[in-house]
Amino acid sequence: MVKIHERRFVSVDPEKCVGCQICEYICAWTKEKAFNPLKSRIRVVRLNPLVNVSITCRLCEDPPCVAACPRDALTQSEENGTILVDEDKCNGCGWCIEACDYGAIMLHPDKKVVFVCDLCKDKPDGPQCVKWCPEEALDLVTADVLAQKARITATKKLFQEVLKAAPSA
Amino acid sequence: MYGYAGRILHVDLTTGKTRVEPLNEEYAKKYIGGIGLGMRLWVDYSKAGVDPFSPENPLVLTTGPTSGTIWPTGGNGHAFVAKSPQTYGVAEAKSHGSFGTELKRAGYDGVIFHGRAEKPVYVWIDDDSVQILDASHLWGRSPAETEDVIKEELGDYYIRVAAIGPAGEKLVRIACIMNEKSRAAGRCGLGAVMGSKNLKAVAVRGTKDVAVAKPDEFLEFVKEFHERMKGPATKKYRTLGTPENVLVHNALHCMPTRNYNNAHFEAAEKVSGEYLNERFVAKIIGCSSCAMRCEHVCVVNEGPYKGAMARVEYEPLWAMGPYCGVDRLDAIIKGSELCNYYGIDSISAGVIVGFAMDCFENGILTVKDMDGIEARFGNHEAMVKLIEKIGKREGIGNILAEGVRLAAEKIGKGAEKLAQHIKGLEVTGYDLRCLKTAALGFAVSFRGADHNRHGAYAFDVKGKFNRLTYEKGRAKYVKDIEDVYTVIDSLIICKFSRGTYYKEFEDLAKVYTLVTGWETTPEEMRLKGERINNLARVINVREGLSRKDDTLPWKVMNVPIPDEGPSKGAYVRKEELELMLDDYYEVRGWTRDGIPTPEKLKALGMDDLIPIVEARIRKA
Repeated sequence: MVKIHERRFVSVDPEKCVGCQICEYICAWTKEKAFNPLKSRIRVVRLNPLVNVSITCRLCEDPPCVAACPRDALTQSEENGTILVDEDKCNGCGWCIEACDYGAIMLHPDKKVVFVCDLCKDKPDGPQCVKWCPEEALDLVTADVLAQKARITATKKLFQEVLKAAPSA
Repeated sequence: MYGYAGRILHVDLTTGKTRVEPLNEEYAKKYIGGIGLGMRLWVDYSKAGVDPFSPENPLVLTTGPTSGTIWPTGGNGHAFVAKSPQTYGVAEAKSHGSFGTELKRAGYDGVIFHGRAEKPVYVWIDDDSVQILDASHLWGRSPAETEDVIKEELGDYYIRVAAIGPAGEKLVRIACIMNEKSRAAGRCGLGAVMGSKNLKAVAVRGTKDVAVAKPDEFLEFVKEFHERMKGPATKKYRTLGTPENVLVHNALHCMPTRNYNNAHFEAAEKVSGEYLNERFVAKIIGCSSCAMRCEHVCVVNEGPYKGAMARVEYEPLWAMGPYCGVDRLDAIIKGSELCNYYGIDSISAGVIVGFAMDCFENGILTVKDMDGIEARFGNHEAMVKLIEKIGKREGIGNILAEGVRLAAEKIGKGAEKLAQHIKGLEVTGYDLRCLKTAALGFAVSFRGADHNRHGAYAFDVKGKFNRLTYEKGRAKYVKDIEDVYTVIDSLIICKFSRGTYYKEFEDLAKVYTLVTGWETTPEEMRLKGERINNLARVINVREGLSRKDDTLPWKVMNVPIPDEGPSKGAYVRKEELELMLDDYYEVRGWTRDGIPTPEKLKALGMDDLIPIVEARIRKA
């Protein structure tokens, strides 16, 4: 099993996300050849005009969705940590949906089985939402890199005056 | 059919019956969608001379062929069409956000609301299921509150809602129809038409796929437009936003100030886009499928208007700011928030307040008339209070809620001269005395005073023409850009993205072809634009409008710009206006009275509308 430190997932920068739903459109197109955000594995939430994020699977360690499935329809990929759905076993009961803290696993609108981000495993250039996001708000990162980025962002904010004075420092 | 859903939904609010009919393919090809298709459907289902508040004035809601696709800015639009309670001609207003995508996915190119419900209702469109539900508990609520309550009671948080506020319920003539809290189909008073039908809101959930004819090429083109949208053509919208105009217009002395008493605002710096972005912009957000983002959401963090939040664009900022002599952005943000709360067009609202202040300064309206408000220019508290009164139709607000034209008629005492409108619709933030190409565009605009029917101000502001004079030959440019604009509003794409269509009709035709699969040449696309402009004109002719209504506000034609500077002394003389109109009608192929000729309509494939113009030409 891929170690948690090496597991990369799609993460959003809420500062950059504008709620445009292009990730939804391109995901649904890539996976289902349909223009229909309901078939997207990444979904946008706009709480009010100021709060916009898009959310998808975070490839948890010991994923609660897998544990919750009474029919053993879900497994976690040894290779990259994505959640694999056995569509023959899944009956759309929704226990995994209830177990997921992020609403990242959903019932498919047509197929009556659950579906979830697979990091565009068939695409050589990786997750298409990351590639298409016009705001560069999405990134494919490990938890460690996410923490690094957060530290750098926080430091930039703290020392913005210094950075303004000496941009190349 | 690709792009289109292929269906039109009829909702009869009088009988409670609904039915679906197939989209007329010929209409789709001729009028595209959006305002074009909407106006065509409106003609078919209305009679000449209908009262705007009559149940016989259908309210048409449309999407465009690109709605629901990933086309940048095109995925998300919707339009409303009916007869306007302001202009008594055709009303159209678009809005963006996500509502249009949802309606398309529910499987409709258009919805026509007929009749009038006995009690307040809202219409719930859940794919193929359409229900008319009680809205008595929503009556009196703001569009945003209405949206929240509907999502909660229907138990789906991804439902999209378009709703009117208290102003629409009370038939305030500048009422708008709002969706997703900050977006509005703003102009021409369509919210009042909706209110006259006792229709509080339209809630939609759509789950179907939207198919395009040539998806691979389409996506390639989308990608290219994403790149174009990162370039200079959209920079303004992504950075300072449209409020950038404040200092640009002010420097040229073409920013109407204090109800057209000046063309230059001495305190412009304090209401500039630069100041706004530095102090108040909290976040810039985007609509569904847009790769630009433009919506500058502003928050007031301190002072008497602390906590106010609204999206701010140039026009409302100008209307509630310089036009009222107000130099405080916090008050302008509060004013915008109130406009959103009551559901009124924030451009018209500001212009009406400016008009009221001018009446007050001239002694036409007294403090008593004003319910005790010292409505001097520059009094920000008065501006905010008057907007609230208009929204509620309270006291003086009951008269002002009629719009400047009708309010001036009621007030009398020369107030007509202070009412700055065209065809009953309040002016927008371009001083037409010194922007003469724009003046023509405004005078002939089919929905009244408006910059969004032509964008002809760009020729003046950017210096393509001498903005202080007019010479024969310029009308061609106005016509051409009008034809682009009707295509834009029918597809429906966002006007902020117009600069990314480098090859104009060629690019627009390519989008249309890739989406619908109907091979369309740039010339055919241009013809669609021309056809839609003629259609709008035919509607106005049917409703009794003609050359006499293609005019300019009183001050534009009678009060030269007084300010020392680059526009001093400018105004539009009567002969100049006549020259503009002659030039324009000739280019359009219309009669001297501004009526499309039967030959013109035949050439544009609108033979069935010829009887309308024949009757009028005989009369003339």
